[in-house]
Amino acid sequence: MKLQGKTWKFGDNINTDLIIPARYMTAYEAAELGKHCMEDADPEFSKKVQPGDIIVAGENFGCGSSREHAVLALKGAGISAIIAKSFARIFFRNAINTGLPIIESPEAAIAIKEGAEIVIDLTTGRIENLTENQHFAIKEFPEFLTKIVENGGLLKWATREKKGPIR
Amino acid sequence: MTLTEKILAKKSGRAVLSPGEFVLVDVDLGFANDLTGPPAIKEFEKYGNKVFAPEKVALIPDHFTPCKDIDSAGLVKMLREFSRKQKINRFYEIGQMGVEHALLPEEGLILPGTIVVGADSHTCTHGALGAFATGVGSTDLAFFLLTGKAWFRVPETIVVEFSGKLPEWVGGKDLILYLISKTGVDGARYKAFEFTGPIISRLPVDDRFSMCNMAIEAGAKNGIIAPDQITMDYLRQVNPGWVDTHPDFTLNPDSGTVYSEKIKIDVSELEPFVAAPDLPSNGFPVSRLSDVKLDQVLIGSCTNGRISDLKIAAEILKGKKVAKNLRLIVIPATQKIWQEALKEGYLNTFVESGAAVSTPTCGPCLGGHMGVLAEGEVALSTTNRNFVGRMGHPRSKVYLSSASVAAASALTGRITHPAEV
Repeated sequence: MKLQGKTWKFGDNINTDLIIPARYMTAYEAAELGKHCMEDADPEFSKKVQPGDIIVAGENFGCGSSREHAVLALKGAGISAIIAKSFARIFFRNAINTGLPIIESPEAAIAIKEGAEIVIDLTTGRIENLTENQHFAIKEFPEFLTKIVENGGLLKWATREKKGPIR
Repeated sequence: MTLTEKILAKKSGRAVLSPGEFVLVDVDLGFANDLTGPPAIKEFEKYGNKVFAPEKVALIPDHFTPCKDIDSAGLVKMLREFSRKQKINRFYEIGQMGVEHALLPEEGLILPGTIVVGADSHTCTHGALGAFATGVGSTDLAFFLLTGKAWFRVPETIVVEFSGKLPEWVGGKDLILYLISKTGVDGARYKAFEFTGPIISRLPVDDRFSMCNMAIEAGAKNGIIAPDQITMDYLRQVNPGWVDTHPDFTLNPDSGTVYSEKIKIDVSELEPFVAAPDLPSNGFPVSRLSDVKLDQVLIGSCTNGRISDLKIAAEILKGKKVAKNLRLIVIPATQKIWQEALKEGYLNTFVESGAAVSTPTCGPCLGGHMGVLAEGEVALSTTNRNFVGRMGHPRSKVYLSSASVAAASALTGRITHPAEV
């Protein structure tokens, strides 16, 4: 699976209140939440971002609340993947469970600049920065997590494992 | 094995577990609120039509309730209808509802050695009673509704030993804010906190809840305290049946357990601690922030909306008036706490001091309703998060403290050490 997009850079500890403020959480559809994604960091973000774009961030991305609305808002805004130095744990599992590709790579998170055109090849485990001619290797996920992501999320994986409806 | 490893091993049918392993465990209690429940139900309905074990499910509409608008009423309606259809008896309508992490222990639903998952990050609160309790997302919750299970990576454990002599006005909230100021907001990322030491073994249950509640603010998967006499005394009040049927229950880490990190904290010289904007880790002794002027003070939430918080606040406020131009909002976390505060006269004290007292809700903590901040306003809150825009406008500011610092500050209009008033 290959993802290509322009990057948007954010710093450390980007929390879920910033990704999607609670005041918009009377909605839970990705398209609606996407309109307010990152609004308190950059009010114009959802207008500027293009489908397929990729977020590059610092430490502890997605810290704070367990709201899966954060993952949905990012997806709804058109974000196709997130590269960060590290991810907060509930955001990490929400991304895995819903099949949003997340890549923990401190090197790539530091080196890639905002606006770069990059390609993430999840099959070969490589990030290519087309703008700066850089390459980064992606650390492999544990097998258990890879299976969930490859199946498109936790519930699809579980359905596949049981070879039928989970329940 | 550590406490966390022991519980995960037992519930996944394994004799031994090590950090880094992935396990599928049987969950004893799973719950969601009015914000996280609806997306979980939506996912659930794509994959199945029958909840695996309705008796292990609780649905608590506490965030935007009593419903703040038509959309939030729709979210609660969805939980209500799902509960009826799936025969989930533990749906808490307003009138019985409380802030979930205060309500569930009070209902006797949190038991030592069990696995608790909640679609709310502060689910880690329940480690205070010796459960493995952790926040999960809505898809995790849907998976639990369908299968009764959850997946986990076994976390490394950081043991934190508190010793020394606890100074006056210093309690669980101060200890956890101090710890987070040392670890940072990601110092315990993916890991378990095990709180121990002579201070913890004497710490009341309410303070233990405050501490475990904020484990997530250091990035931790869970916070846990080995059940002891204090735990059992509490459980005897809320679930005597369980205590009677488990007379010999013990859960302790093995001797010689290897921890990923050991943190030792001598509390003797600690002052009440306050986290300044915009991270819970941005902590300072209260005296360092004494020139911070406040527009609003909030006493409540899953962190500090319990009866001991209201008691200490009432003692400080009794016979005095809230500072001019300052709003004090008090929110007892559950109906039971509200009623006890009424009986003890605390609610009257609050109202006479000039405070507004609300029915239980999470409302203002997350900028939902019942006390949202305007641009440029500054609040001191007994809640757990002070991120940008957490309680309202992106250019409002939130400081975090204990109930005693909050009450003292409400009297002076600036951040104040309770010994000052």
